[in-house]
Amino acid sequence: MSEHAHPTVKSFFGIWITLLILTAITTAASFLELGPFNAVVALFIATCKASLVVLFFMEARYLPKITKMVIVTALFFLGLLLTLTMTDFMTRLMGR
Amino acid sequence: MAMASAAITQDEKPNYLNADYGIKSWLLTTDHKRIALLYLISITMFFFLGGFFAMLIRLELLTPAGDLVTSDTYNKLFTMHGIVMVFLFLIPAVPTVLGNFLVPMMIGAKDLAFPKLNLASWYVYILGGCWVLYAIITGGVDTGWTFYTPYSTTFSNTNVVAAAVGIFIAGFSSIFTGINFIVTIHRMRAPGLTWRRLPLFIWSNYATSVIMVLGTPVLAITLLLVAAERLFHLGIFNAQLGGDPLLFQHLFWFYSHPAVYIMILPGMGVISEVVTCFSRKRVFGYDFVALASICIAVLGFLVWAHHMFVAGISVYAAMVFSLLTFFVAIPSAVKVFNWIATMYQGSISFETPMLYAFGFIGLFTMGGMTGLFLGSLGIDVHVHDTYFVVAHFHYVMVGGMVMAYMCGLHFWWPKITGKMYPEGWAKLSALLTFVGFNLTFFPQFILGYMGMPRRYHAYPPEFQVLNVLSTAGASVLAVGYVLPMIYFVWSLRYGQDAGPNPWRAAGLEWMTSSPPPTSNFETTPVVTWEAYNYDEIDKQQEVPVAS
Amino acid sequence: MEQQKETATLGMWLFLVTEVMFFGGMFCAYLIYRMDYYTAWVAGSERMNIYLGTTNTAVLICSSLTMVLAVHFAKLGNRKATAIFLVLTILLGLGFLGIKGVEYHEHWVHHEFPGPNFHFDAPKPGAALQYSPKNVEIFFSLYFAMTGLHAIHMIIGVGLLTWLLVRNARGDFSAYYNSPIEMTGLYWHFVDVVWIYLFPLLYLIRHK
Repeated sequence: MSEHAHPTVKSFFGIWITLLILTAITTAASFLELGPFNAVVALFIATCKASLVVLFFMEARYLPKITKMVIVTALFFLGLLLTLTMTDFMTRLMGR
Repeated sequence: MAMASAAITQDEKPNYLNADYGIKSWLLTTDHKRIALLYLISITMFFFLGGFFAMLIRLELLTPAGDLVTSDTYNKLFTMHGIVMVFLFLIPAVPTVLGNFLVPMMIGAKDLAFPKLNLASWYVYILGGCWVLYAIITGGVDTGWTFYTPYSTTFSNTNVVAAAVGIFIAGFSSIFTGINFIVTIHRMRAPGLTWRRLPLFIWSNYATSVIMVLGTPVLAITLLLVAAERLFHLGIFNAQLGGDPLLFQHLFWFYSHPAVYIMILPGMGVISEVVTCFSRKRVFGYDFVALASICIAVLGFLVWAHHMFVAGISVYAAMVFSLLTFFVAIPSAVKVFNWIATMYQGSISFETPMLYAFGFIGLFTMGGMTGLFLGSLGIDVHVHDTYFVVAHFHYVMVGGMVMAYMCGLHFWWPKITGKMYPEGWAKLSALLTFVGFNLTFFPQFILGYMGMPRRYHAYPPEFQVLNVLSTAGASVLAVGYVLPMIYFVWSLRYGQDAGPNPWRAAGLEWMTSSPPPTSNFETTPVVTWEAYNYDEIDKQQEVPVAS
Repeated sequence: MEQQKETATLGMWLFLVTEVMFFGGMFCAYLIYRMDYYTAWVAGSERMNIYLGTTNTAVLICSSLTMVLAVHFAKLGNRKATAIFLVLTILLGLGFLGIKGVEYHEHWVHHEFPGPNFHFDAPKPGAALQYSPKNVEIFFSLYFAMTGLHAIHMIIGVGLLTWLLVRNARGDFSAYYNSPIEMTGLYWHFVDVVWIYLFPLLYLIRHK
């Protein structure tokens, strides 16, 4: 029904296994003492997993440009909410 | 045109109004035009409800003493006035009434992308509105429409949860409309209708829809968390646990500032349509005006903490937000300059829509400039939470947005109903509105500057004269709003038949009959001309009618 | 049909944008308080059952697989396979909710639900991890708000899937018309993505 190459059942299983492995890794990594990098590693792995789901299970790779823009815009504005709010909380004690 | 309408009257020609009869054909319609009328009726009712609360507020403020109502009741009055006016009138008005009716027609489509979602949007609005009504009737809310914590979460004994839930539900109406508009404008334009040939009303509603989709959910979660704190003790904003009431304010204003652009952008779209028509000229700087709509939508998300300058945010963040606030004024100013430049050397006529447009441009400019005053940190320290702020936002919202709404209603009334309103009465109402508005709200700038706080039911006696002027103005303003109610209804029966294009305006919506047939166009139009091609239109003897 | 599916897909993604911003507000609150009260976050996170959380994550990932297979077979017009995978997705979704219920019960029994019954032991003086139990109550407030809202979305998803099952049994879908299944799939995957972020943020903060 669409022009793009159809993902195969095999590819779905491949993504699924990868997601499970990444889950195991992230749980295991949480037991290691990495200091501030625990959070970085956990969020990095989470972003990898989320990307796999969005790109492959939700077939975001094949979407028309406008729909891809919609996704990017959402992430951008979420980023705005988080960072601009942080500018307040992180600078409250500055200069004291 | 007069000959054509004499030959076939409105009653004989099939249109969306006589296509089907009976209450079910209205309550179960998926025709965007009928849904627009459903919204028109409900929004008008909520407008007068909000106006009723305003009347009580102004009556109380006639005298310095708090003698009409108790302070607790007064708190409820301004809260309910704000909630009803903001969430049940200003946010939906132009998009759901004019937008729903016109967006498909302006792009040459038969309907919106998701007609059933459109109907759902109205029902959700009604459900949310009734929920808010329930909150009002069973005792009201007294937190201010801004629901600041910890008062709303911990100390208020009024129907906070009910009001929050009502607004939460009504928010979905906004979201559904926004999604519908974005998809429609992207995917359902007529052949030949490129983005740069679109009417600016479409650009404005598109930008508005982007804000609706991105911003409304944040309000939704914020209100939900307030309700959760009251009901389930999830103390996310609870200072006793280390929670920060300012976090509520950040989340609240992240939506509520862009929300004011949801309110004004569609109104600006109306003005673009009307100014071009009654100057018989293309808009000056089309690209800039279109781009300005998008810039307002994006920049509008970057400035919210200017509502929090004296709330306790860090002074460095305050400076950042103050600077960003100055940036957001630029695209609005671009639009005002471009409208003026459009009028320059145009062939201007002073029909009612144009009168409202003039009013808008002047009053919105004043409101916008005073917004810049408030965005300046130093000035804001003095005038925050005074009547200066109240005057500022009423200038943009009432002098701006409501005037634009009236402007649009008058401009497109002939298209929607096939009837003309009585021009004499309409001009009188426009004048009364303008005079009444300025009399009501200009004294409030002075009052605020002199130090009268907002949301107080009593004030020092030296402020009384200005308050009396303000209340007198409100009475005049009220007449200015009631008169159109009367003559619009009168025109349905006794108004002159309008014909397809009484204003000789540009735009696809004018190329079909008034009222339009259910499918809008007999055949899908193919667009080969630029927007606002008034030079071509005025060269011709008669406007070509597609139907 | 392709045109209509692209239109529906754009509409669905726009709705998912609203969901991103909806959950985003709570992620914002989480971020601010984690910055301010990190040790309380550690204390709270240590009370999470990491094994149940990991299992639940795996359950949701499996349900995303079954969902994508349901969509795949719907596009091929295979009614029976579609039904099987819809059922599996529903069961996995219910499994997730069941495990969540067990976790909630545990928290409730240990007085970890915010409100008048909340009780969290203060740290012993000189202990490695110093925190205020009051701040831990905020952690748990966010935990219940975020996972609670997520669970509500799961319940809605299960409801949608059940409706799809009914429509599929009625023969409503074919290789030519199956977009409701695909759209519901997008919703389901999104709910999975939210959990993919909730899990490390709530369960995996273990160190000072």
